[in-house]
Amino acid sequence: MSNKSLGNPFDAESSLAHTASCVCAVCKSELQSGEGLSDRDRQILMERQISDQESVRHTSSSAATETFGSSEDMMDRVVENAIVRGVFGHNDASRRNFIRLVGGGTLAAALGTMIPMDKVKAAVKDAIGPLEKTKLKVGFVPITCATPIIMAQPMGFYAKYGLDVDVIKTAGWAVARDKSLNGEYDASHMLTPMPLAMSMGAGSTATPYIMPAVENINGQAIVLHNKHKDKRNPKDWKGFKFGVPFDYSMHNFLLRYYVAEHGIDPDKDIQIRVVPPPEMVANLRAGNLDGYLSPDPFNQRAVFEKIGFLHVLTKDIWEGHPCCAFACSEKFSTEMPNTYAALFKAIVDATHYSHKAENRAEIAKAISPKNYLNQPEVVVKQVLTGRYVDGIENKVQDVPDRIDFDPFPWHSMAVWILTQMKRWGYVEGDIDYKGIAERVYVAAETGQVMRNLGYTPPESTYKNYTIMGKEFDYNKPEEYINSFAIKRV
Amino acid sequence: MSSLAARSALVSVCLLVGLLGLWEALNQPPTASEALTEFEILMGGVDQEARVPPPSQVMSHAWHELSNPFYDAGPNDKGIGIQLAYSLFRVLTGYVSAALVAIPLGFIIGMSPLMHRALNPFIQVLRPISPLAWMPLALFIIKDSEQSAIFVIFICSIWPMLINTAFGVANVRSDWISVAQTHELSQLKTAFLVILPAAAPTILTGMRISIGIAWLVIVAAEMLVGGTGIGYYVWNEWNNLDLNSVIFSILMIGVVGMALDFALGRVEKLVQYKE
Repeated sequence: MSNKSLGNPFDAESSLAHTASCVCAVCKSELQSGEGLSDRDRQILMERQISDQESVRHTSSSAATETFGSSEDMMDRVVENAIVRGVFGHNDASRRNFIRLVGGGTLAAALGTMIPMDKVKAAVKDAIGPLEKTKLKVGFVPITCATPIIMAQPMGFYAKYGLDVDVIKTAGWAVARDKSLNGEYDASHMLTPMPLAMSMGAGSTATPYIMPAVENINGQAIVLHNKHKDKRNPKDWKGFKFGVPFDYSMHNFLLRYYVAEHGIDPDKDIQIRVVPPPEMVANLRAGNLDGYLSPDPFNQRAVFEKIGFLHVLTKDIWEGHPCCAFACSEKFSTEMPNTYAALFKAIVDATHYSHKAENRAEIAKAISPKNYLNQPEVVVKQVLTGRYVDGIENKVQDVPDRIDFDPFPWHSMAVWILTQMKRWGYVEGDIDYKGIAERVYVAAETGQVMRNLGYTPPESTYKNYTIMGKEFDYNKPEEYINSFAIKRV
Repeated sequence: MSSLAARSALVSVCLLVGLLGLWEALNQPPTASEALTEFEILMGGVDQEARVPPPSQVMSHAWHELSNPFYDAGPNDKGIGIQLAYSLFRVLTGYVSAALVAIPLGFIIGMSPLMHRALNPFIQVLRPISPLAWMPLALFIIKDSEQSAIFVIFICSIWPMLINTAFGVANVRSDWISVAQTHELSQLKTAFLVILPAAAPTILTGMRISIGIAWLVIVAAEMLVGGTGIGYYVWNEWNNLDLNSVIFSILMIGVVGMALDFALGRVEKLVQYKE
């Protein structure tokens, strides 16, 4: 009758049928009562077995008595089993005959071409575990870096994973940090250096934070006021006032790196001020700033308003640099694991969707309204599609990877950020570079989520970079810091 | 003297029309003669410089906003009526709790020279602190941005009420208190039946100053913590460099502030007395 054993479905010797000697809870229960269970009762017993992580043993075959390493593995088997059983019309004898004939591997490969096993498995696992909380608040600062976090709301990525998320606009990162620390936000859009700084207690009280996903790579620019069109060489920038969005930002570290490579000391020769991104353009117009390294759309907006021009895109400083991130407290991830997992998946899914160039125009339309970025669509579209004007040349530029989206949080990126925090004196003393990187940037989990969604994460979590022609070796952070002429250590 | 009133009104209207007309005339956007090329669209049109929007644009925008003041299109996009309601709620909550603390405390300070001398140094140090300077500390301690904003209103509106109450109470004519004493009224009865009515106009003046300050501060506080309220509305439109909406919200802030002041002015008139 019923075929619900968890034997290997690709093994001709294992039976998927429950036999008289079977000791699984369903069979035992049926044996005791002397009658078949209703479908509902059977379902409840099966689920209980799975959730107890107790391996379901069917004693009819030795191959079926294997134990599973985790409930995930067991679920994988359940899914394979169900599909194979379905293919053979629930006739176990014909399944075993077929496998004897062609081999289990052939069957698995043949099925794999027809049915996306990984996706089915992921879909089934998604359904596991009730969400502890479905109504969430996620903070964002209105910039294009936050695209996946924002567009996941109007374009239904949160809803897809059973979440009802309010994305709340926040005036700047100091407020985003404080609202995250005091628990008003369940998770928030942050800058990649922020969770590192918060976990170390630099600039705030030390609270363990984790960063499950990077949002965007590239996508920033150095903007100068139009009156400086003749000062394209950074050596002429002495006395300039620059805006960056936050102390612990890639913007600050990239601007410092860029000018220092040109022999300008960012603490002595120029002034760097923290200005929330939305206030950048107004300050540039008022002459409070000579330029800024800021997130878009405020770089493009300066061109649109005919106040400034794009001096250099940050992708030309460090191709593929990380920028913004999705972060939450460690507490949230441990207290509400299912909600966290669903949110995490929604974000990674949305990030991959944003990565595809053909979706960018549609996303620009979705996130431009008042409830989200509150910007003219034509500005946001220039940023996301990379078809833009730079305010210098009299033609339209085409740089499709001006901004890109890639969720993988490389540990080597964290190490680089930590070297810069130490280089400029934001942190002092000995730093356990890799230890902090691996604790805050949960790359293994990100990899797992990417795999579940059918994407391929990178093999390793570290790699070396070349930034403006200078090598960065993640194994030698201290030597890297010492190799700079301009530094605060 | 109705002719004077009429003439002054006429001058006011002429001034308004003249100023608006000048503003309108100086800020006409150039009309594009041909269809824009892609480059021109990406550059934000042919207009060489951004300009202040003319009053006709502001007024049509105001009409648009005011015709649907209570729409709610998500957590970051609500109508002007809802935003003003949020701000008013914060101001009134902070203001009323400040009054509940300031007026009794002011009585104590005013009636007791000892307490006056003891508390004066604290008041003098705390009073000049800009209310917004409390914000980071409030966010850290209270751990809630909504209550932090209310706390900032509380702290800024407490001082004028406290000082005015203390001043009013201390300066009640001594012969009135002597009369109360000869009638053997208790301390409490003296406070309520003699001192309170006598000091009421001064106290109300303090309250009127406080509500004005509270309304000034809420805009700045909401620009800082964001989320909802008229301050957030201004900030959100500033992000978008949308001066139409900024001018419109400036006008709305002015109108509401005037209404608050007018209301307290009426109450003040009720407690006035002639000696």
